[in-house]
Amino acid sequence: MGLMMIIRVAFRALVRNKMRAALTMLGIIIGVSAVIAMVSIGQGAKASVQAQIESIGTNLLFVSAGAQNLGGVRSGTGDSGTNTLTVEDLEAIKREVPSVSMVTPTVNARSQLVFGNQNWNTSVQGVSEEYPQIRKWLVQSGDFFTEADVRNAARVIVVGQTIADNLFPGMDPIGQTLRVADLPFRVVGVMARKGQDAQGRDQDDLAFAPYTTVQKKVLGSPRVQVAFASAISENATYTAQQQITELLRQRHKLTPNEPDDFTVRNMSDVADAANETNNIMTLLLSSIASVSLLVGGIGIMNIMLVSVTERTREIGIRMAIGARSSAVRTQFLIESIVLSLTGGFLGIVLGLIVSFVIPSLLGWPTLVSTLSILSSVIFSAAVGIFFGYYPARKAAALDPIEALRYE
Amino acid sequence: MSANLVIAPEQLQIDPALLAQHPVASLVIQLDQIHKTYSMGDVEVHALRGISLTIREGEFVAIMGTSGSGKSTAMNIIGCLDRPTSGTYFLDGHEVSGLSKDERADLRNRKLGFVFQGFNLLPRTSALENVELPMLYAGVETVERERRASEALYAVGLEGREQSQPNQLSGGQQQRVAIARALVNNPALILADEPTGNLDSRTSIEVMEIFQRLNREQGITLVLVTHEADIAQYAQRVVIFKDGKIRKDYPVIEQRDAAEELKTLPEIEED
Repeated sequence: MGLMMIIRVAFRALVRNKMRAALTMLGIIIGVSAVIAMVSIGQGAKASVQAQIESIGTNLLFVSAGAQNLGGVRSGTGDSGTNTLTVEDLEAIKREVPSVSMVTPTVNARSQLVFGNQNWNTSVQGVSEEYPQIRKWLVQSGDFFTEADVRNAARVIVVGQTIADNLFPGMDPIGQTLRVADLPFRVVGVMARKGQDAQGRDQDDLAFAPYTTVQKKVLGSPRVQVAFASAISENATYTAQQQITELLRQRHKLTPNEPDDFTVRNMSDVADAANETNNIMTLLLSSIASVSLLVGGIGIMNIMLVSVTERTREIGIRMAIGARSSAVRTQFLIESIVLSLTGGFLGIVLGLIVSFVIPSLLGWPTLVSTLSILSSVIFSAAVGIFFGYYPARKAAALDPIEALRYE
Repeated sequence: MSANLVIAPEQLQIDPALLAQHPVASLVIQLDQIHKTYSMGDVEVHALRGISLTIREGEFVAIMGTSGSGKSTAMNIIGCLDRPTSGTYFLDGHEVSGLSKDERADLRNRKLGFVFQGFNLLPRTSALENVELPMLYAGVETVERERRASEALYAVGLEGREQSQPNQLSGGQQQRVAIARALVNNPALILADEPTGNLDSRTSIEVMEIFQRLNREQGITLVLVTHEADIAQYAQRVVIFKDGKIRKDYPVIEQRDAAEELKTLPEIEED
């Protein structure tokens, strides 16, 4: 008896019990669709983080004051109590490191902005005139402040869209004067809308002023917490990172066995860290989903065992009219594989639907991975074989005389 | 072949040892000193105590006996569902008592047709598909399979009911589907185990009519197991089992003719 015939026999047997077949498949359907949906959520998060990083610019470098070493993971503290990074350091970087094209310090002042009877609590960032080019973030209207403004510590300010919307509803902010820490600042520009960052913070709720102004007039301190530098090209980022490190160690007079009192990171490191987090999340979610696949497999075994007992007489008839044990075994094995594979295919369809619905329903980005679909198919076939083998062997081992007598 | 046909069955049983050495093709069944012993725990049950039986091609034999007489065990051995503990069994000229499980399955498929008391059709499966089943295991092509299944259903008077499922058919019709299924691989022998046990008397006669017609017109060899003496009268020969042995083996003097009897019975519409 050919395999095609046995497959046909198995299909006929399943079609005879549609309701039971459907319920049996449910476990696999849920398992496979959950795996596909979870992996697509994970992949979607990964892709959106990568897109954000690319929009920031892959040749971007962070330099922050201080260094933290937690379990071998070094990161800059950016702590306001740390005085290890100065404007002079940054000027030296720009002057002496050939692979760096632009540098901007970032000094952060949390302040209350007041305009007329409106006020708005936000973060005022003191940066250099090169900030828009380094961050690839341009002004939408007006202009960014100039090098002269930085040199003169001019009281000029560029606001983000959120501030423009809240402090200047229905009017053009350019040319208006607002107060920061009781000092008047002239609004010279409005930044382009940027939306939320990867952590969900509103990047448009920021104002930019010359760092000199913020240091002298708002904070009253020459400290620099964080700086951004731009490497001349994407390939130069690692060289730039190395050269900045060497220069700063030299300037800070650190001996070879003293640790860095600053941290230099590039976007690839940040991207790698984000990717790793996402991968762990994806793995965790999909392994929980895989458990339901396993439970689905046990469901198949359960139903197949019931089916063998219930169809003992049928097995007896088949054997009496000439089915070999192997044909009976193959039939039951194929029934179980057909159940799990059909469940797998339906699960893929459901998983795809879920993956397409989630972005509009929950606002999470999803990305369907072909690998997860492929492995779902293979896994569900394996579940069918693994959990179908024992019931099939039980069916094949029946004695036709006993089976025919079974009531 | 014709030379063998003139030998009476009683004569054939005189020297079974000789027959065992020279199997004759026209003898469908040759059982020689068949013993079957079951061990149930420490107790040995002797179901068959030396059965010797020959059945010629084209014979219609009824096997009778009370329960425990060994007739079911003999049926299982003749039907290649079971193996004898000792003795030889030639089916259609081939020694089969030593065959493996798979070889016996193939043999049942090619050489034997079964008709059971409880019909034993696959539920929720059309009459046509039920009849096709033995051919599925024989590897017959689809077109050929459907043609032969339709022919077999026609032969048992069920044309037009090909797509009916067992629960849509009367008991008599179900048994006719089972007969068609038994016929469809052109077996050397059809074994009917209490085929009228679940049927009323008129339907029983109808089923016997089919058996007699198949036996007369197509020369099909039939072995019928029954405990009803009047049903046994439709056969040509009766073998009576008792206590694991053949007690009597005699030709039926006045064989009943089911076709004639049906003519005298009032017509009942079967649905």
